[in-house]
Amino acid sequence: MNRIEQAFAKARSENRAAFVAYLCAGDPDFDTSVAACRAILDAGVDVLELGVPFSDPLADGLTNQLAAQRALESGMTSERVLELVRAVRSFSDVPIVFYTYYNLVFAQGSEAYAERAKAAGVDGILTLDLPPEEAGEHLAACEKHGLGTVFIVAPTTPDERLGIICGATSGFVYYVSREGVTGEQAAMSDGIRASVETIKKHTDLPVVVGFGISNADHVQTVAQAADGVVVGSAIVNCIAENLGDPAAITAALSAKMAALTAGGALQKQ
Amino acid sequence: MQSAKPALEVDPVNLPDERGHFGPYGGMYVPETLMTPLFDLTEAYHDARKDPEFLKELDFQLREFAGRPTNLYFADRLTEHCGGAKIYLKREDLLHTGAHKINNALGQALLAKRMGKNRIIAETGAGQHGIATAAMCAKMGFECVIYMGEEDMRRQSLNVYRMRLCGAEVRSVTAGQRTLKEAVNEAMRDWVTNVRTTHYIIGSALGSHPFPMMVRDFHRVIGEECRRQIIEKEGRLPDEVAACVGGGSNAIGIFFAFLKDLEVNLTGVEAGGREIKRGHHAARFEGGKLGVLQGAKTWILQDEDGQIDLTHSVSAGLDYAAVGPEHAYYKDAGRIDFGYATDAEALDAFKALCAIEGIVPALESSHGIAYTMKRAREMSSDQIIIGNLSGRGDKDVQEAARVLGNAENLKT
Repeated sequence: MNRIEQAFAKARSENRAAFVAYLCAGDPDFDTSVAACRAILDAGVDVLELGVPFSDPLADGLTNQLAAQRALESGMTSERVLELVRAVRSFSDVPIVFYTYYNLVFAQGSEAYAERAKAAGVDGILTLDLPPEEAGEHLAACEKHGLGTVFIVAPTTPDERLGIICGATSGFVYYVSREGVTGEQAAMSDGIRASVETIKKHTDLPVVVGFGISNADHVQTVAQAADGVVVGSAIVNCIAENLGDPAAITAALSAKMAALTAGGALQKQ
Repeated sequence: MQSAKPALEVDPVNLPDERGHFGPYGGMYVPETLMTPLFDLTEAYHDARKDPEFLKELDFQLREFAGRPTNLYFADRLTEHCGGAKIYLKREDLLHTGAHKINNALGQALLAKRMGKNRIIAETGAGQHGIATAAMCAKMGFECVIYMGEEDMRRQSLNVYRMRLCGAEVRSVTAGQRTLKEAVNEAMRDWVTNVRTTHYIIGSALGSHPFPMMVRDFHRVIGEECRRQIIEKEGRLPDEVAACVGGGSNAIGIFFAFLKDLEVNLTGVEAGGREIKRGHHAARFEGGKLGVLQGAKTWILQDEDGQIDLTHSVSAGLDYAAVGPEHAYYKDAGRIDFGYATDAEALDAFKALCAIEGIVPALESSHGIAYTMKRAREMSSDQIIIGNLSGRGDKDVQEAARVLGNAENLKT
């Protein structure tokens, strides 16, 4: 089993959903970002989704846009992002999935990108603006280098596309629980369970749910329906709210992780 | 004279393919949320193009509301001033709302109505697409939100007020360099969130399929009229047609009807900015490379990692890091040539057209005029060049005054 499979198998064996946490690589700077990753990994993250900062993140809400901007301003480059992966790999075996925009992959070439990412310790790639229809080269490169692919299913995705999307996916399927960009929201969308069940008719891979999950109630709701719960903006905000104080950032992250999983929220009931 | 062009390998009307590819360019590079709405839009568009009622309504509104056809004007004084080829100007600046943009805004607004969408969003750089969209929304009773970079709102403040007069909400975009690219990002975010109720009227031949195709088709009327008019006036085709290229909607609009006329040179003019140096210009074919931005694979100004470069142009409408994918295709095919005009050259052309012909051109169009004048001088008096005067410069008067200074500087 690869690291992604192991992570979901472990969660399943503990009768719970996996916790998938998002941070932007290099937010607000390299060292603080490594410490932030360590803080959430220590708190029990199963899959680390690492945002690769891009100048034009059109699928992201303000929280993640600003995170990417901070990271780029602090001097993050593609090479520095890989260095950050290597730094995290030095203390953790948790699977790392890149959350990126296709131009960053395309600029290096899919083949070179996949090879370098894999060598650094990356386990999977989610390219937000690359639909399966355009992904031939990218899929071949990921397969060749043993990287899992992650694709998104949206509320606007009709059933007839699920076969195409699941067919291109080798890591896990990511169901976006609402239309829109990333960001916290007050109430969870209805129908998550039904949507996940529909997706599962097309794949045996894990299905995770994300976009807008910001408290333990949300986590608990999603954990009942999905194999994994993705939390992004709520975690990134711990950095945004404590800029200039690395110790406060890691403390806030630890507290947020505890709050999000309070009362065994990840447990299947 | 330029060398003979190789024969076109494809019939232009067969492009793009069903997934929006112009050879290696174009395509659909968008988040999954938008894939199905874009397929639906493509289908609705193809249906509309086959519906005689839709075409009739489009034609009627282009005449009655937009003011088509526009003149093909022989610029006799400018011709004399340059001392070479006869210069004709396609007067898209005379259209309602002041630029060619209304052709597309009108077409897409009619399409939105047909699709039952009652909320319209758009991005705008120079504000010409924004005002065209706002005017259409006022006319049709749609809710309208326009995204515009804060810097562009400053330098095109007249258009901001015009949009608001037409009832549009103009939302300021403060990310990045606060110009067109960031406005597109913000409009895309709105669309991802509200796609069930909202139609996004993209203002140039950019973005994911079907937008480059659709925007091109709604602007093809420019070249169709122009081709007919020059034959009426001169009994023959021109030797060259030139147009400015930001995303490239006015250019593809006027070029399209001439693509198969291989004896007609077609030249797109990008924004050379202060100079061709990273961050100081917006000439994608001078220093850009292949990449994927905001829905399409095309030529993009970017760094080694694929981060998008900052751009600069005196004209907000050309100040953009990517070029429309169809232009990239015809550049490779050797059918459209590209050059650039710097800020200074565009401002000189702006002044010249005002002083010599009494026509105030948009700063965007002034890039095309700068090239047209330069090229006319190299050509002989029995030759003909057409410049696409894509928009009028009322919106630029304040910015021109700021850049050019007092009246002494206006002498050409």
